[in-house]
Amino acid sequence: MATKKPEIPSLATFVEKIKSGELFEEIQKDILDSQIWKSSFRHGYADTPRNRVLQIASNVWLHLHPVKIHRHALRIKFTWCMGGITFLLFLSTVVTGVILMFYYRPVGEYAYFDMKYLQYDVPFGMLMRNMHRWAAHAMVITVWLHMFRVFLTGSYKPPREFNWVIGVFLVTFTLLLSFTGYLLPWDQLAMWAVTVGTNMARATPFLGHEGPFQEFVFGVSPRYDARSLLIGGSLVGPPALLRFYVLHCIFIPLIAGALMIVHFWRIRKDGGISGPL
Amino acid sequence: MAAEDPKVKVEGLEEKVHVWPYLVRLEFLCALFVAIGLTVWSIVIDAPLEEAANPTKTPNPSKAPWYFLGLQDILVYFDPWFAGVIAPVLIIVGLMLIPYLDINPKGNGYYTYHERKVAIWVYSFGFIVLWISLIIMGVFLRGPGWNLFMPWQYWDPHRVIALVNVDLPYALGVRTYNMAMLVGGAIVSGYFALGTAAYFFMERKAIKSVGFLRMFIKVQLYLIMLGMVIKIVLRIGFNIKYILVTPWINI
Ligand code: HEM
Repeated sequence: MATKKPEIPSLATFVEKIKSGELFEEIQKDILDSQIWKSSFRHGYADTPRNRVLQIASNVWLHLHPVKIHRHALRIKFTWCMGGITFLLFLSTVVTGVILMFYYRPVGEYAYFDMKYLQYDVPFGMLMRNMHRWAAHAMVITVWLHMFRVFLTGSYKPPREFNWVIGVFLVTFTLLLSFTGYLLPWDQLAMWAVTVGTNMARATPFLGHEGPFQEFVFGVSPRYDARSLLIGGSLVGPPALLRFYVLHCIFIPLIAGALMIVHFWRIRKDGGISGPL
Repeated sequence: MAAEDPKVKVEGLEEKVHVWPYLVRLEFLCALFVAIGLTVWSIVIDAPLEEAANPTKTPNPSKAPWYFLGLQDILVYFDPWFAGVIAPVLIIVGLMLIPYLDINPKGNGYYTYHERKVAIWVYSFGFIVLWISLIIMGVFLRGPGWNLFMPWQYWDPHRVIALVNVDLPYALGVRTYNMAMLVGGAIVSGYFALGTAAYFFMERKAIKSVGFLRMFIKVQLYLIMLGMVIKIVLRIGFNIKYILVTPWINI
């Protein structure tokens, strides 16, 4: 018995298949039925209510959402989209920030010149730096607007009191993130802004060497007080740079990230976005 | 079924919608706009980089990052222990307390002014006047020596503004140190005591339902906020430096 030769499709039938869309349907079917797809997504793609639910429920990122929400929660006039935009800006700073970290060394002798190198020699270095800085500044503004919106809609009222408190932590950490990052370029702007900012800690009651009641606390001096804890010395120098770098790149982002996850989870658990009921 | 619920009938829509696709697609669009906006902004405007840090060369004025300029500005009116430490702590704690102090059940989840006038006024005043406008002033109008300069004025580093500020007890004619401390203390504690009493009297019908502690904390926070405004007015309008001077703290 002669083996059947594989059929070579003629160009005409091929074009016909493309035109009718049949080819794409075949490819789509091959992909959706493949073992790789099924193992990754655990459900089909057909637009059925069941799949819409599964799309959210079986995806670790999307499942921070509820599966269904009130129609009014979609209104941009209600949320101003500010919470979401704040989160997106945070993600932008994470991505660009990691790229900057490949080129930046938090050492007194190098930091400033690494910035110059980033700006003039690294491909897209200036763009990455700009995006990181502007996203951080924009995030400060959007988080304030988000807070203002949440206040105006009274969304901190029961059952969302706790999420408001988490929000206040978040706005604090957003400012601290921005502030610790401000020092890293190690230029005049950075050094003196942080000097002005951290100088306040000198005046901490009891714990700052110029603060009220410091004379009652043993051992408080310019070298050992609330301020020197922050900047690792009695003035903003290389130890402050290293401290701020660690706080900026590791400590605060981790805490803020964790709090954001809790924040989103609580929105879901508190019954979704608040609305008139 | 639908007849029972006129809203559904009018709109002909379900109350609840699937997050996929209705919300996720909005989020996606939003992400697209943010990404494009940020990229364009970053291509057009470069982040600043001044000369290398130099501890021997203090710029005048030295400004904190813009988002802290409201706090830096109240340093004109208050000592650092208050403006730089106590005020930020009070702001953070006060904000956290809001849901536990405002127990008005109305206006939960929709925009309304009429159902919660006081709350909206207090928050908007704090946010827009005490925070945002001080920041704008700090960024654009504060020049060398932290003096106020109008936008058309030259930032003259040698401009001297004669300060003829005196303490409030002195202005009232008290000349000895101990007496001044006593008078100052009486004014400050009198302000809080009278303010608290007046508020409790005005709200006497609500004490039961609101609760004593809640009302007490609320009025203290109001009084502190108002007190800051009073102090600013006293300083600008009447050249008053401190109200209370003690060996430990000055207010
Ligand atoms: C890093 C900062 C923050 C992020 C990423 C964030 C994100 C979000 C998002 C995505 C939502 C959904 C609704 C919306 O977009 O408006 C939301 C809701 C909410 N946020 Fe935030 N938020 C942040 C900071 C804050 C702050 C500072 C507060 C208040 C002090 C706050 C309090 C709330 C509350 C109470 C809700 C529920 C609103 C409602 O049910 O209508 N959040 N947040």
